[in-house]
Amino acid sequence: MNFLFYVISGISLGSIYAIIALGYTMVYGIAKMLNFAHGDVIMVGAYISFCATSYWGMSPFMSVIVSMLVCTVLGVVIERLAYRPLRQATSLAVLITAIGVSYLLENLALLIWTSNPKVFTSIVGTGSVKLFGGQMSITTVTLVTIAVCVAIMIGLTLFTSKTKMGKAMRAVSEDKGAAQLMGINVDTTISVTFAIGSGLAAVAGVLLCSAYPTLTPMTGFMPGIKAFTAAVFGGIGSVPGAMIGGILLGIIEIFGKAYISTQLSDAIVFAVLIIVLLVKPTGLLGKPINEKV
Amino acid sequence: MKKERLSSAPKKPMTKSARDTVTCYGIVIVAYIVISILLNGGHVNSSMKGLLIPICAYIVMALSLNLTVGILGELSLGHAGFMSVGAFSGVVAAMSLKGAIASTPLLLAVSMLIAAGCAAIAGFLVGIPVLRLNGDYLAIVTLAFGEIIKNLINCLYVGHDADGLHFAFLKTSDALGLADGGKVIINGPMGVSGIPKLSTFTAGFILILITLFIILNLVHSRQGRAIMAIRDNRIAAESVGINVTQYKLMAFVTSAALAGASGALYAMNFTTVVSSKFNFFTSIIVLVYVVLGGLGNMWGTIISATLLTLLPELLRKFGDYRMLIYALVLIIVMVVSNNANFKAFFTRLFSKEKSADVPSADADTKGGAANE
Amino acid sequence: MKKFISLALCLALMVGCMAGCGSKGNNTSATSASPAASASATAIKIGGTGPLSGAAAIYGTAAKNGAKIAVDEINAMGESIQFDLKYEDDEHDAEKAVNAYNTLKDWGMQISLGSVTSKPCEATSALTYEDRIFALTPSASSTAVTEGKDNQFQMCFSDPNQGTASAQYISDQKLGTKIAVIYKNDDVYSKGIYDKFASKAKELGLNIVSATTFTDDSQTDFTVQLSEAQKAGADLLFLPMYYQPASLILSQAKSMNYAPKFFGVDGMDGILTMEGFDASLAEGVMLLTPFNADSTDEKTQSFVKKYKELYNETPNQFAADAYDCVYALYSACKIAGITSDMDASSICDKMVATFTDANFKFDGLTGTGVTWDKTGAVSKTPKGMVIKNGAYAGM
Repeated sequence: MNFLFYVISGISLGSIYAIIALGYTMVYGIAKMLNFAHGDVIMVGAYISFCATSYWGMSPFMSVIVSMLVCTVLGVVIERLAYRPLRQATSLAVLITAIGVSYLLENLALLIWTSNPKVFTSIVGTGSVKLFGGQMSITTVTLVTIAVCVAIMIGLTLFTSKTKMGKAMRAVSEDKGAAQLMGINVDTTISVTFAIGSGLAAVAGVLLCSAYPTLTPMTGFMPGIKAFTAAVFGGIGSVPGAMIGGILLGIIEIFGKAYISTQLSDAIVFAVLIIVLLVKPTGLLGKPINEKV
Repeated sequence: MKKERLSSAPKKPMTKSARDTVTCYGIVIVAYIVISILLNGGHVNSSMKGLLIPICAYIVMALSLNLTVGILGELSLGHAGFMSVGAFSGVVAAMSLKGAIASTPLLLAVSMLIAAGCAAIAGFLVGIPVLRLNGDYLAIVTLAFGEIIKNLINCLYVGHDADGLHFAFLKTSDALGLADGGKVIINGPMGVSGIPKLSTFTAGFILILITLFIILNLVHSRQGRAIMAIRDNRIAAESVGINVTQYKLMAFVTSAALAGASGALYAMNFTTVVSSKFNFFTSIIVLVYVVLGGLGNMWGTIISATLLTLLPELLRKFGDYRMLIYALVLIIVMVVSNNANFKAFFTRLFSKEKSADVPSADADTKGGAANE
Repeated sequence: MKKFISLALCLALMVGCMAGCGSKGNNTSATSASPAASASATAIKIGGTGPLSGAAAIYGTAAKNGAKIAVDEINAMGESIQFDLKYEDDEHDAEKAVNAYNTLKDWGMQISLGSVTSKPCEATSALTYEDRIFALTPSASSTAVTEGKDNQFQMCFSDPNQGTASAQYISDQKLGTKIAVIYKNDDVYSKGIYDKFASKAKELGLNIVSATTFTDDSQTDFTVQLSEAQKAGADLLFLPMYYQPASLILSQAKSMNYAPKFFGVDGMDGILTMEGFDASLAEGVMLLTPFNADSTDEKTQSFVKKYKELYNETPNQFAADAYDCVYALYSACKIAGITSDMDASSICDKMVATFTDANFKFDGLTGTGVTWDKTGAVSKTPKGMVIKNGAYAGM
């Protein structure tokens, strides 16, 4: 029974990582950049939702919509001002700029919302569903998170395979130059990618704070890193991979704490990641890289 | 960026590298002399004086990371881990050998050597699995190792008494079983307290010179050329019989050892050090120095490490807006210095000025621009 | 060539910044002085470092705000002693704290408020000791801060003191037979309290059935730690940590239907004033704290009112400790006859003599009749509080 309890806790934690990882992997897959500011967009999304419900008197559902809108705009603006000028630059230069953006968002949030933690009211309530005649329970937040994750996963997969824009995205991710020659507007495509990624970040932020309700300017940073790890774990760029990677990471973290040592839980998570990457160098579901000779 | 170096190298390989080498040593030595004169004259305020040793340590960190990122061409996000290994092993060495070695400079030198040795071992152990991977996957694994090192040192207890060193893991300092008069050196998450202040500005300067000497000699040697060949095209390098793993490991371990020495210099400047200091943040900051200074460009790295360490201090007058402005400066500098349009504009500006006296500079830029 | 350009640009920007801060700096130093405009000329310069940005910003900001209120009040009295206060950001990092300290030294700091958090304060206290600047830290509670330094004093209880006091309290009041502890394993404060608590508990025969940890990197999910405590049948959960992770633990314990007694330390103070916190979660939580924002005494009420007006938040113990620090410095300065033209080291000698004098007693928000001993530790006794109906009540 304990084992099952830990599996459920692991899935709860992992579903949060998964939903953040989906945004990460989406941006990485198309734009081929590690967007370290993603975690901070999540934090902004959570703050907007918090403000919308507590100060502007909106319903929880409306607050999510508002926060998605704000984050989408924010993502596009960041992309336009900070990343687009670097389209031709090395990926390292973009990485450093992303870190700059991450600092910027954290410090802006610190000035606007102060360092005092806000307690986020869960948008889906704090209830839980009983399993096995009341011996186990799983919170509604987890159920909602998993449902949203699956919905997003299916949505993204359909979007990239069926729609014109989605096909353009895949083309851009394969080869920017060739895509441009085929008449695809690379800049617009990447902007749309960021818009979607940031909109998803807002949802992730709201769900992250519904599950773990303290909200500070640094809230997004560590979950962001963990989700990035999860995305790599599942094979970065692969949408189902991010989902599986996130959930597995959560389970590993909980198991590491429960069966080995709470003091070493971080080391265990990363050690497992290293082992997986050594066995499967492109993650669980990543496409193998073909080396051109 | 990589291609540029490849294409410009055959044109005049000696002059360019020789010029860079002279610039590197020149900058460091001139800076040292100028600062020493200012220090003796009492013209340096305590804020700048306090920054001298950290700047030296960060320069060494950035130079050593540039060996991995710029010369070897592998992105490392866990370089602070090696700094951490060096800092803690150096401090343990210094505090346990304090009785045996009376001379402070010698004690510092010995501790730094031990620190470099320990970091090199860590680099070797990490390097074997890491260097089998490529690209972003390699980067994430270095990040993972950085975090693991941080976590492990956080659970490590080391004490010293008449019998020698005692180690304990995951317990408390009581588990060390120290004899009377023994001293706990590393106290798990509480880190180290009461570190003797052994680091001096001169020591930092010498360490930078040694680092430069090691890196530049490596780069200009046969091994260095092999390493750069692997960076530019691994498969081609392999096909001409270069042992890829061996050379990669060589660069990686050297880089780790230098980071370790820098960690010892850093730790022995402050009375206290904790493992959580050497986190992902620190690794990233050092990476920023390297990217801004230019991959493979040693003198650029020295300057960018100095400027970026100074920047947050210079921004103190902005109060609450300090870190916000720091972030903005970082973004603007990255965007402006890497954007093709801005670059073309400045290239024109500079080539006009320079074409009269240094005609070769023009050819150099053209080669670079054509390959972008 | 390209690199040269980028560096030249970088340099140009830096120079621009320096020029910018030069002019701006003058403005801020002029405006940051006290309301009594003439004060700055004859004011004693006190400085402190604390995290004003980054993850620990809340503690530094609170201390800075608390100290600022005290300084403004003192200056408004218009007596001979006037203060000029300056806080510098140390990002909760020893290296940055040393930089911040040196900046303050260049500014001409005569008395130091140390650093807000323990590790940075360890680094700066070594320097204040060397430079002979008197330091009274509001909240750096580790013993390494004051150890072997005659001019370092603390306003808060030391960590070991809290650990032993908590164990003593639990044993005296027979609060629990099986105790579980969750502590933060990369935090000097939390680990420092836990170590002493564990050894004292052993001595008193308290039974610690489970001790689990978390770190900065994993302070979201506590289900494993809680379920281990629950499995071990713990009826009291000791939480030596700050209120932010504690609030998560309380809410997760509730959703697991695990309801032991919760016992916190002074870092728990502030939990009730978190914006949006459901106070019913903290019902029955016990804590040792020197400060109570709901207290009815006049001093506390006027401080809390001012703080709310100025910063729109309820002050926590960091703010109160810093406020007390400034007043303690004020009364000591008055007794020792400190004037702003004295240099730091002669101020230091006089202040040390005053603070260690048996007759020097201080009444503040966080304690009355407070004295200091030669080691620099404060004599406050932790008060046991219990949260009832969303407010503190004496136990």
